Amino acid sequence: MNQKIHTLVDMRADDDAHTPVPDPEAPGPVLRLSGIGKEFFGTSVLREIDLTLHPGQVHALVGENGAGKSTVMKIVAGVHRPSAGTIELDGSPVSFPTPLDAQRAGVATVFQEFNLLPDRSVAENVYLGREPIRRGIFGGMVDRRRLHADTTRLLDDLGLTSIASWNRVGSLSVAQQQVVEIVKAVSYDARIISMDEPTAALADQEVALLYDLVWRLRDRGVAILYVSHRLQEIYDLADTITVLKDGNHMLTAPAAEVGPDRLVRIMVGRDFAGFFPDKPAGSVSGEGPGEGPGEVRLALAGSGNTMVDGVDLEVRAGEIVALAGLQGSGRTEVAHGVFGIAPFTRGRMTVDGRPAHVRTPRQGVRHRLALVSEDRKSEGLALGQSVLANARLVLDAVLPGASDRRARRITGVLRSLAVPASTVEAAQDTEVQYLSGGNQQKVVLAKWLVTEPRVIVLDEPTRGIDVGAKRAVYDLMRTLTADGTAVLLISSELPEVVAMADRILVLRDGQIAGELPGGSDEETIMALATGAA
Amino acid sequence: MTTGTVRRRHLGSTEIVYLALVGILLVAGVLVAVRGGNLFAQGNVSYMLTQTSLLGFVAIGQTLVVLCRSLDLSVGYVVALCSLIGATTMAGDPSRVWLGVVAALAVAAGVGLVNGLIISALNVNPFIATLGTGLIVKGFLDTRFKGPEGEVPFAFQTFGYTRVGPVPVSTIVMLLVAAAAFVLLTRTRAGYHMFAVGGNLDVARLSGVRTGRTLVLAHVLCSLCAGVAGLLIAARFGTGNALVYSYGLDLDSIAAVVLGGTLLFGGRGSVVGTVGGVAILAVLDTAFNVLDVNPFFKDVLRGVIIIAAVALYARRQIDPASRRVRFGTKVSAARASDARGGDVA
Amino acid sequence: MTLTADTSRGTARGTARRWREQLLSGGSWTVLALLVLVLAVIVVINPSFAEPVSLMAFAKKAAPLVVLAIGQYFVIVSGEFDLSVGSLVGAQVVIAARLMDGDEALTWPVVGLMLVFGLLVGLVNGLVTTLLRVPSFITTLGMMLVLFGAIRLWTGGAPTGALSESFRVLGRKGFPDVPGQFQVPYALLVALVVVGLAVLLMRRPFGRTLVAVGDNAVAAAYSGASVWWLRTRAFLLSSFLATVAAVLIGGFAGVTAQVGQGLEFMAITAVVLGGVALGGGRGTVVAAMVGALTLEALFTLFNQLALPSTVRPAVQGVILIVAVAYAARRRRT
Repeated sequence: MNQKIHTLVDMRADDDAHTPVPDPEAPGPVLRLSGIGKEFFGTSVLREIDLTLHPGQVHALVGENGAGKSTVMKIVAGVHRPSAGTIELDGSPVSFPTPLDAQRAGVATVFQEFNLLPDRSVAENVYLGREPIRRGIFGGMVDRRRLHADTTRLLDDLGLTSIASWNRVGSLSVAQQQVVEIVKAVSYDARIISMDEPTAALADQEVALLYDLVWRLRDRGVAILYVSHRLQEIYDLADTITVLKDGNHMLTAPAAEVGPDRLVRIMVGRDFAGFFPDKPAGSVSGEGPGEGPGEVRLALAGSGNTMVDGVDLEVRAGEIVALAGLQGSGRTEVAHGVFGIAPFTRGRMTVDGRPAHVRTPRQGVRHRLALVSEDRKSEGLALGQSVLANARLVLDAVLPGASDRRARRITGVLRSLAVPASTVEAAQDTEVQYLSGGNQQKVVLAKWLVTEPRVIVLDEPTRGIDVGAKRAVYDLMRTLTADGTAVLLISSELPEVVAMADRILVLRDGQIAGELPGGSDEETIMALATGAA
Repeated sequence: MTTGTVRRRHLGSTEIVYLALVGILLVAGVLVAVRGGNLFAQGNVSYMLTQTSLLGFVAIGQTLVVLCRSLDLSVGYVVALCSLIGATTMAGDPSRVWLGVVAALAVAAGVGLVNGLIISALNVNPFIATLGTGLIVKGFLDTRFKGPEGEVPFAFQTFGYTRVGPVPVSTIVMLLVAAAAFVLLTRTRAGYHMFAVGGNLDVARLSGVRTGRTLVLAHVLCSLCAGVAGLLIAARFGTGNALVYSYGLDLDSIAAVVLGGTLLFGGRGSVVGTVGGVAILAVLDTAFNVLDVNPFFKDVLRGVIIIAAVALYARRQIDPASRRVRFGTKVSAARASDARGGDVA
Repeated sequence: MTLTADTSRGTARGTARRWREQLLSGGSWTVLALLVLVLAVIVVINPSFAEPVSLMAFAKKAAPLVVLAIGQYFVIVSGEFDLSVGSLVGAQVVIAARLMDGDEALTWPVVGLMLVFGLLVGLVNGLVTTLLRVPSFITTLGMMLVLFGAIRLWTGGAPTGALSESFRVLGRKGFPDVPGQFQVPYALLVALVVVGLAVLLMRRPFGRTLVAVGDNAVAAAYSGASVWWLRTRAFLLSSFLATVAAVLIGGFAGVTAQVGQGLEFMAITAVVLGGVALGGGRGTVVAAMVGALTLEALFTLFNQLALPSTVRPAVQGVILIVAVAYAARRRRT
């Protein structure tokens, strides 16, 4: 890896009067934030943030959820205006009243949500708003030949041979769409590109495409601000790391000088070890006497549909079985098959030993299955409704007769999940859209817990939530298994899989590639998942 | 894979519309022939074409706003208003024809401007906004005009009656307007931006598209088209008439747009499809007339056809080409080879 | 979170501010304030309006719209539209007149038939929208055309027959039935019962799930709700209440060719005026009712001002736009 190590001064220690001594090799900073603060309605969310981006440098911005990363991104992007501090572009102060102003100044941002029109071509998307004009009889007509030629040149420059300028964006893969977004940013002659979790929606084999693009851009002298949760990526890509915590600037240092352990410690404010709750003694299958896992709660034999095939699995009472695998390997599809969202068309499924034909989520609930789905906002919650209405949604929808009685337990369940008391008290009046990601996830969990499921499928239960909420989810999983619930865990976070699961099933290309015992090391799992084994 | 890379082209919505049009022409022609008539007799053909022009103008305008994920329920009232403004301004004086045309179109543009501004600046749902302005115009019409008013000079009535062969001049004008709209949508920035505004407002805005301006432009053009339809009515009747708003042009135009394959939720569609949709409705109307079908039955059938057509389109969208299939009989690997060079085949 | 903290502190100033905020928020409080204001203006212009007899007359006139608005509310809150209610009302009145043709003995059988027909229309609307995935705007628009044409096809253009006297009692009479004296109109009682039942229904699991479907249909489906059946039931309720409204309107105004025309837009105006969000997920039954009353009160006000009835649509248009623009302003800030 051709990592350039810059000597960087920890900006925090410096006053504005001091200019950091630049590395003779590195060109001067292209973008510099100093003393940035941001308040929302009197609440300070960012304080004294300094950030310096150099051309040809990948600068990772890390921190927990709520640390202020996205606020910094949005200030750089012109979405928010800072309440304090200055932004300098090439040494002269600037302000970006709108995202468009930032873009035109060469500061492009690739947000997590796709900002593309699926029904239009790649070229039309890339040059949207700046279509080349040819003078014709009607005045300005779009010069379509140049539009496509320019786009093709951009794609070629970046080595993107799998995408053509006339492809309809909707027909591209998720990774290709993400790449088109970056191409769009590049087309603005952006000298600074910030990316907000660009790999969040990508399958692991697709990440390579993105890595390659990031390197190419860096080599062309673009400064990249890279926000990610994945440590692996940060160390693969970044030259410099800045850590935020609770809106404060904790550290800026060359990536080579901060090890992962230290990084996590600064981010989280505690050690990584001891983060996962211990397994109860004797729970690991086949080990020792005592209460091992109980009878089989959920069993699939040869189950399949258009996306997965020949899935055999068993989850026993009190057991956590993890489904690991690359994104797109069919993990979520197994969950959707079990729960009747995209039902299995082949094979046999039994719940508590009885054959179960689950064709809809409604039937899934009737079989006392539960699915905490991957995308909280679009699949899990009715954001405009109250905490209470969401927490009793499954009861209302499927078990209206028992709804009132069982809903009485919601308060207790929310408390047990460590939802703040003020939120619990105002559960009837607080709309879930105003809660933090972690508390939203707890509402989703509560919604399923009150149905007293026999089998609960957790699809990426800790994605995008803060550390405290993560811990609450892990504790909950232990509580559930202690009570004899069967847990099927789907996760991309290998440490989570390794620490929590009793058994690990690895999926590859829609089929089960193998089974590993809990506690297996991450390399073995990856080897199975990628087919390297 | 060498021979298998031939791209299985999906029939586009526009192709389907015209296939349906041909099918309906055939079926209607046969039915009429069985009854001893001829659907393609000159009189019937020119009736058919005349029918297309009035709805055509309105539907072309409607296409622009629907593409922007908006909609215009006020067009029927604008047509009536413009027929009256045109006719009363002309007041039977041939020298005032241009004045009448300009006045009618100016008023139409004004209504479109108001619609566009209410929707974009005041953030009002287009359904409500245009329903509201439509009702306001209706109130004005009902209060101000008691019956047919104004007089269209003979010179302008030719717009309503002259034919080139079996083809009415108004149909030719309508096709010219359609061509202009086609160029607008496929060759100009404004057109590109309409697709963007309809596809995703935030994306358009973030890309520097002046979304408000685009939406206002679409609404002004839509109302202008309705204004032309109003002038056509005036030319045909020789006078302006408020009751034109009860023709149901607003809903018919939306039906034609949707029949033409334009997505009701914006971002996808074409004027060519809309013209096809208009033609389908005109063929049905003519056939019903020739077959002497009860006019009320036409309403029933129109309702059923609109629903059925949209249901068919919805079905096509559920069966998505983009859905990946890994296991099963039909493995569509076309997508992967679709990228570079796929278009060569 | 700051909101919660504020509400727990009950200072006098805080209360006043909260009241003002609620009144101006564009929700049901705003429209209630508007209703009170309009009624007050009417009373100032014409003090006799405040007399019980006039108020009851107003209630009788407003009742059908209240019933229709509540039907529309169910559909709108679930994220759909029902444009067919106006022509359904028209169709039902015409059906009633033609079938009973003034024969008292046929009153109840015909009412039963009307209910079946209404529910059938709602079922078709619901199933086409949910199972065939046709946007409800198009479905109910098509239904509107079909009903409009079919009824005229059936009657040959103009309505025929007559409504029986007992059929007209609900829409026209009251209790006690002494001419010229104060009476509580049956229509008011019907409307109150409908409102009461609707409020109860919305507090049931069905109601909450219906709102959740309007808010996020995917999340509701993943929670086990059968979205198609919930929405279909909303359409059934809308058609059922349109039938009830048809009984009231037929009784009140009798049979004409125009009966029911434009009522769908009146109902939507009323619901929207009540602050119920188009697109679903937000708003209450009471707000829809208050919206309907406010609309009727405004029309009464314009009668008092001796404005020609032809300006009604214009007024309705202005109200629609202003109400929604006001609500949109609130959402943006």
